Amino acid sequence: MSDHESTYVPKTGIEKWFDSRLPIIRFGADYMSLPTPKNLNYWWTFGGILALCLVIQIATGVILAMHYVPNTELAFASVERIMRDVNGGDLIRYTHANGASMFFIAVYLHMLRGLYYGSYKAPREMIWIIGCVIFFLMIATAFLGYVLPWGQMSFWGAEVITNLIGAVPVVGEPILIWLRGGPAIDNATLNRFFSLHYLLPFVIAGCVVLHLWALHHAGQNNPVGILIPKDRQKKDTVPFHPYFTVKDGFAIILFLIMFAWFVFFMPNALGHADNYIPANALQTPAHIVPEWYMLPFYAILRAIPDKFGGVVAMFAAIGVLFVLPWLDTSKVRSMRYRPTMRTFFIIFVLVGMGLGWCGAQLPDAQVVPGMPSFTLFDGQLNSYLWLTRLLTAYYFLFFLVLMPLVGLRETPRPIPATISEPVLPTVDDPLGAGSSEQKG
Amino acid sequence: MAADQGDPNHQDPNRRDFIHIAAGAAAVGAGAMAAWPLINSMNPAADTLALSTIEFDLTKVQEGQQVVIKWQGKPVFVRYRTPAEIEQARSVSMGALKDPQSDAERVKDGHQQYLVVIGSCTHLGCVPTFGSGDFGGWFCPCHGSHYDTSGRIRKGPAPINLVVPTYEYVSDTRVKIG
Amino acid sequence: MTLETSMRSMKKTLVLIAVAAGLAVSAQPALAEGGAKHPRSGGFSFEGPFGTFDQGQLQRGYKVYREVCASCHGMDLMYFRTLAEPGGPFYDPHQENPAANRFVKVLAAEAQVPDIDSETGEAIMRDGVPADRFPNPYPNATAAAAGNGGAMPPDLSVMAKARHDGANYIYSLLAGYRAPPAGLKVGPGQYYNPYMAGDLSSYWEGDAHHVPVGGFIAMPPPLQNGQVTYDDGAAETVDQYSKDVAAFIAWASDPKQVQRKQSGLGVMIFLFLFAGVTYLSYRRIWKGVAH
Repeated sequence: MSDHESTYVPKTGIEKWFDSRLPIIRFGADYMSLPTPKNLNYWWTFGGILALCLVIQIATGVILAMHYVPNTELAFASVERIMRDVNGGDLIRYTHANGASMFFIAVYLHMLRGLYYGSYKAPREMIWIIGCVIFFLMIATAFLGYVLPWGQMSFWGAEVITNLIGAVPVVGEPILIWLRGGPAIDNATLNRFFSLHYLLPFVIAGCVVLHLWALHHAGQNNPVGILIPKDRQKKDTVPFHPYFTVKDGFAIILFLIMFAWFVFFMPNALGHADNYIPANALQTPAHIVPEWYMLPFYAILRAIPDKFGGVVAMFAAIGVLFVLPWLDTSKVRSMRYRPTMRTFFIIFVLVGMGLGWCGAQLPDAQVVPGMPSFTLFDGQLNSYLWLTRLLTAYYFLFFLVLMPLVGLRETPRPIPATISEPVLPTVDDPLGAGSSEQKG
Repeated sequence: MAADQGDPNHQDPNRRDFIHIAAGAAAVGAGAMAAWPLINSMNPAADTLALSTIEFDLTKVQEGQQVVIKWQGKPVFVRYRTPAEIEQARSVSMGALKDPQSDAERVKDGHQQYLVVIGSCTHLGCVPTFGSGDFGGWFCPCHGSHYDTSGRIRKGPAPINLVVPTYEYVSDTRVKIG
Repeated sequence: MTLETSMRSMKKTLVLIAVAAGLAVSAQPALAEGGAKHPRSGGFSFEGPFGTFDQGQLQRGYKVYREVCASCHGMDLMYFRTLAEPGGPFYDPHQENPAANRFVKVLAAEAQVPDIDSETGEAIMRDGVPADRFPNPYPNATAAAAGNGGAMPPDLSVMAKARHDGANYIYSLLAGYRAPPAGLKVGPGQYYNPYMAGDLSSYWEGDAHHVPVGGFIAMPPPLQNGQVTYDDGAAETVDQYSKDVAAFIAWASDPKQVQRKQSGLGVMIFLFLFAGVTYLSYRRIWKGVAH
């Protein structure tokens, strides 16, 4: 919490020496004793999981960079050499490749948790915005990394995504050539993508420090969504260590079990077979699809019939997250007490998954095979094109209309005064608050 | 937690009992298990190890000359010594040597005219120059180590003789190094 | 938090993760093939978390590759020494160094490898050694395409990873050549195969709603019964050849897969024990804290 007073007392001579010069031990000790709302549920463990994901990606990535060759002639073979000849290289590379997917699974759940419990609302806007920056950097890093093996999907993914920039009027074309370092995706592109792919994770790490700084300044949100009053601090919080280190630790292990299952037993399940075909600038694969974690945004891109409009919509889908704290007009944080909004939220989650599904389908394919339909403007109604448009509409409706409107018009359920007392008839009832702690 | 104070069964959550130690130990073990492949990946890879032997045809060296070949990224000197150079190497008394080793120990029986040594100075790894120095062998230009015609250190900062790699004669005129 | 509520919220989390992962996995096969027939199962021994390669099958598969496939297809990422690695077709537990493996030395020496004479600097051909790559039948991609009617035979090094359901696909394709259905126009240098991805509607003269599945492939049926001699008594049939060479390519595409699965089992056991111990520690620490 913001006004958490340091309780650290240096004991040994070395500790005292450090404490008056670089109070790094105090910093760590204060962090560990941070009063943390004791009602945080498992949805709050994804922060720790994400920190681990970043560490895993950087550690494996640094090792991979020791063996990888960023040259169009050698890149594909150097990745396979890692898999075949480098000691444990297959594990390291598969961990890194699947680690990207794991990172996104965790970040999406982390974001949905923030959305559901109103963690973006005052005074936590900066935490949310920095988080959005991290998410955007993650997408950029994942895209750059996917290009490096120089398979067919790498090459054509790079081609298509860089072409998005070319959609910008007037300046698009010169920027595109500058970005690629030539008229087409080639060695210059690969080499700079490698450099940037190595750089961005450290930028992310820097943003994570800011994210945590903001978090510890504003204090953690909690499932009830209320700020913990000063006089309740002792009752309603526990020190971060050991209470949440062990809880986060347990969740991390469960997450690692899933992670390890992919790495050891189905390492290529989340990838595309076409990326094991070396890049060929003269032939596009029959179906190019981004990695699963990009699919919802890819679907939004394709939903708009105009090239530039699609790019704008796609970036707006991420951009809208940045202004979310000001779109939500509700005075209540947690959707536990906002039944209407909760329903819209559940629909939103399903819509997001639906967009992901649509992103992997051919736009012209029928959603319900064989069902007769009619042509609406530029496509059959019974096609993924129109399903995608419908879902895209809801995606923006949720943020731009429902968030402001529902907040103004809904009647939230009664909110407890303290996190220990889920249903409290009167606010000033310390006895009632105390009694509930006897259970459990 | 305040409510816990009256609880007779209350335990200090920081108390280190077996289960916490076990969990902590498992975490340390997991960290070590994860670190090992990362560290081990920096050891020589299979393709590097596969190139660990080379064969060399000795007829390519002329008497009184040496040929430098590359083995595992390092120079290997193959020197065809003249009878005078062999005699010079054999006549040295052990007491005069910093790293005492007879010439016979440094060549293969019946092939004493061929000396095979790794061409990195045992001081700090520079490549000694052929045919110079005070002892007719090699002289290291970096820090002035002098080697004799058997590749033994005679003067200068190098601590030991030029290293003789593992090698064998696969025929009378062919050696396999490594 | 009580045990039940914590288990409940945990379960919800796990279910959601599983759903997300499941969605991600299932989202792809939908696009992996065009109108090709779903591959038949080769009943391979290496499938599943406990599966291992059948060394005899890998040796037969190598023979089929060497005697048949290798006349057109390269395997540029394969080295002879890899054949002698643990789990490989010629692994010898008594000879740990793959480069010194006696079988592989002989197999490598059968190949002629381009090199530069260290004395004269001239291009020469010499006997292969275990550290050498598999020789490519063509000097470059253009020559490979020119020698095969314009269609370059793809490299087979990672073919089992480069196709969805790789091993079964290779098996089905090789054993799956059929006479083209009446009404299908097959161009010169083209062969019909129901397992090949493609869209045949513009070559089909029959009912537009019943376009045959599959596509055209530029490779003529490569295998005939009795073409390769097996000395271990395995059936010398196209079906068996196809299975064996598919197994070999599956191994070559990821030579460490069996070792990785075996270490994976150890890792999973460890993680489950670790999870159990940590859960008990968690319960102990949170005991008496209402939340």
